[in-house]
Amino acid sequence: MRTVIGLEIHAQLLTDTKLFCDCSADYFGKEPNTNTCPVCLGMPGTLPVLNERAVEYGVRAALALNCEIPERSKFDRKNYFYPDLPKGYQISQFDEPLAVHGHLEVNGNVIRIRRVHLEEDAGKLIHQAGNYSSVDLNRVGVPLIEIVTEPDIQTPEEARAFMEKLRQALRYIEVCSGDMEKGSLRCDANISLSEDDELGTKTEVKNMNSFRAVEKALQFEQKRQKRALNEGEKVEQVTLGWNADKEEAKLMRSKEEAHDYRYFPEPDLVPLKIDEAWKEEIREGLPELPDEKRERWADEYGLPEYDIDVLTEDKKTATYFEETVAEYSSPKTVSNWMMSEVFRVMKLPEAELENVTPTEFAYLVKLADDGEINNNTAKEVLEEAFTSEDSPKDIVEERGLKRISDEGLIEEKIEEVITENEDAVEDYRNGNEKVLGFLIGQLMSKTKGKADPNKAREILQEKL
Amino acid sequence: MHELIDLLEEDPGKIEDLIDSLYDSIEKTDGEVQAYLETADKEPLLAEAREKAERPLKGVPGTIKDNIQTLGFKTTCASRFLEDYDSVYDATVIKLLNEAGSPVLGKVNMDEFAMGSSTENSYFQTTRNPNDLTRVPGGSSGGSAAAVAADEAIYALGSDTGGSVRHPAAFCGVVGLKPTYGLVSRYGLTAFASSLDQIGPITKDVYDAALLLNVIAEQDEMDSTSAANPAVDYSDGIDRGVEGLKVGFPEEYFGDELDERIQDKAERWKETFEDIGAEIVDISLPHTEYAIATYYLISSSEASANLARFDGVRYTSRADTESIDELFSKSRDEGFGAEVKRRILLGTYALSAGYYDEYYGKAQKARRLIKGDFDDAFAEIDLIAAPTSPTPAFKIGEKIEDPLEMYLSDVFIVPINLAGIPAMSIPAGEVQGLPVGMQLMGESLSEELILRAGYAFENAFTG
Repeated sequence: MRTVIGLEIHAQLLTDTKLFCDCSADYFGKEPNTNTCPVCLGMPGTLPVLNERAVEYGVRAALALNCEIPERSKFDRKNYFYPDLPKGYQISQFDEPLAVHGHLEVNGNVIRIRRVHLEEDAGKLIHQAGNYSSVDLNRVGVPLIEIVTEPDIQTPEEARAFMEKLRQALRYIEVCSGDMEKGSLRCDANISLSEDDELGTKTEVKNMNSFRAVEKALQFEQKRQKRALNEGEKVEQVTLGWNADKEEAKLMRSKEEAHDYRYFPEPDLVPLKIDEAWKEEIREGLPELPDEKRERWADEYGLPEYDIDVLTEDKKTATYFEETVAEYSSPKTVSNWMMSEVFRVMKLPEAELENVTPTEFAYLVKLADDGEINNNTAKEVLEEAFTSEDSPKDIVEERGLKRISDEGLIEEKIEEVITENEDAVEDYRNGNEKVLGFLIGQLMSKTKGKADPNKAREILQEKL
Repeated sequence: MHELIDLLEEDPGKIEDLIDSLYDSIEKTDGEVQAYLETADKEPLLAEAREKAERPLKGVPGTIKDNIQTLGFKTTCASRFLEDYDSVYDATVIKLLNEAGSPVLGKVNMDEFAMGSSTENSYFQTTRNPNDLTRVPGGSSGGSAAAVAADEAIYALGSDTGGSVRHPAAFCGVVGLKPTYGLVSRYGLTAFASSLDQIGPITKDVYDAALLLNVIAEQDEMDSTSAANPAVDYSDGIDRGVEGLKVGFPEEYFGDELDERIQDKAERWKETFEDIGAEIVDISLPHTEYAIATYYLISSSEASANLARFDGVRYTSRADTESIDELFSKSRDEGFGAEVKRRILLGTYALSAGYYDEYYGKAQKARRLIKGDFDDAFAEIDLIAAPTSPTPAFKIGEKIEDPLEMYLSDVFIVPINLAGIPAMSIPAGEVQGLPVGMQLMGESLSEELILRAGYAFENAFTG
């Protein structure tokens, strides 16, 4: 049986202000109904004024998703009554969206993007104990892009992979934080099953607030439809809501309850014109996208695919890596240090990537790589540097952590060890070679671990 | 108003007499005329007027239609829904008037949400025509026109979606100007039909209309549809006359529906134009017959969305109900009057899936044809003159039970809004003691020409 999935994604744009007024677009965690003004509250007589930055971010996203951007698009009113929608309509885009005909490649499969359009977010209902709800309109008017895919996704796992890939792209181009738990990235899915090339009856699944939920909910619905079809039942065209705690999808509304949104052109806004010059300017301002970066790294750095995947996951990490490699061009070593130690340290509460510049980090990696400080010391320095204001160089120098490679100095200390451990020396000379380890240990404790172990072994064997 | 401004220029102390006389006249006549819904307290208004004595309008106060947001006043739109709604900000026009030295005297009656042609659709009161108290003042800015005609206001602002400034101006015998769509900011005008709405002045004479347009015509960053201000001084050069101007009289505006007495008057209008050196040209606006249907489809469709915000959730009156759907429907059932409901239903229907192309879509096409008529006409002539209304003021109650009949009285005024062009109604004679209005129309942003021609006509016309 063939599964067909299409996604409808809403992404909040990281603009300073809302889509049609001067209120902050950063509404999260604010006291209810404090992040509002007459315009976003839809008070009588107010009018929307389009935020140009939101258009720019929308175009960035559309370009990153390989879309075509028509020269003209327009806004429309989507009419429905709901307490979190103060005007009684949402300003959206209907038949002339911002962008069309894009695609995103996921694990070698091309998922086509039907359209990308701009619209305003609604508020939130907070269901209270007792028989009522409160309305919080802080979020009303926050700019969104809606991204609609073609039904090209074949499995729930691929839907999840698509969402992860999309989030990565949106974060790379810095238009969306991509936080599904906070609702800054939301996903609704349409899914249908069929035995042949005809599309089956689809159902819509909503309320999936994590990547895991996208996968789980679609697996649930896939199984449910499969069972129904196998038992000769008809799949009804319904909308379901995912409950992540119970891991089940529940009926929200049937087809009969579907809205007629009565879209018509928004008369308060003039059509949106995006000329070629602006489009090109935005295109040129786009950073290197994840796929391009991966390809280049494989060529330039010869890193294993796994390393590339991990290090390009977010742009900040990728940039940090590249800047470090520019200072110390040993990509695999830098990669190892980042994937093991930096990632470990970053989980500590006080850790900040900004505490250590790539140049300083490169210095430390090189020091360890050259054997000038031992690996364990380097790890300690790294942890301290990322969790404090001190640079690795300061820490290494202040504490005199560099290895002692000065043969004279090592010899001096070895003489002391030989004098102080006559019994052991005797044992060694009688053929017990294991004792050498003990003697080196003694040397290390005298030098606080800084003696170059290879040199120490060499000199010690000579002396004995 | 312009005489008063001159007077106050010489003697600013006269502002007290002026304001006294306004309050006297409101007290004396508004009991019968019923124009005002709310007036400012006299002492604070006088203090405000004195403060503004140095500004261009010298503290002369204005009277505002009750769908324009005005701090310190309610903005009820003459609806039960907004009976207790206090304005939370000033409309751009109110800001501009304040800056120019004109405080607000009061808010006046209208058809509920500006839907109507008689001011009978107010939830609060029925305004009467000061020329004959048994007749309507026209609408929907009936309160604005009646207040000016009854000397209860120096000037008033109205709003004109399908003739709502010009129609009552004609019925009451005053001047009413609907500017080009976008010339005056709509920010703060409670929306009826966003692609048609425009605020305009209602005044005693053409010169006053020019003075007010100087103040309120300004591009506004709060209104994306507002036009670049052509920076014209509308009063300067208003007396330059109309020598050589071609004035078109459209045959479609002189058909059977036109009152014969007004038909006769129109002959006098032509003579007057010829007397002042204009040339009369017979023209045709062939798609005029589609204007009423087109207008009611487009305006009602937009209204159905614009009025959706009145849902009982936030600032409006709320019905006591158990469920949210009931809250919406019952609040709206109780809050809106019959005419408003009729238009919301019409608009909702016209936008519905399966009917959109047939109604809203077709209306948009017809709108382009109607606009095309005017474009064609203005390629040949400078201005168009026609009656504002097919009849003089009708009796209170005469048409209120027959919506279609009421809609048809808008036949000469709605095409102008559909085309987005400016038009001005000026007093042009009387029939049996009732004023008749003549409408001058021009191409987009031709207010300067319309005002100049209106001024010349006003001075030359002898009834």
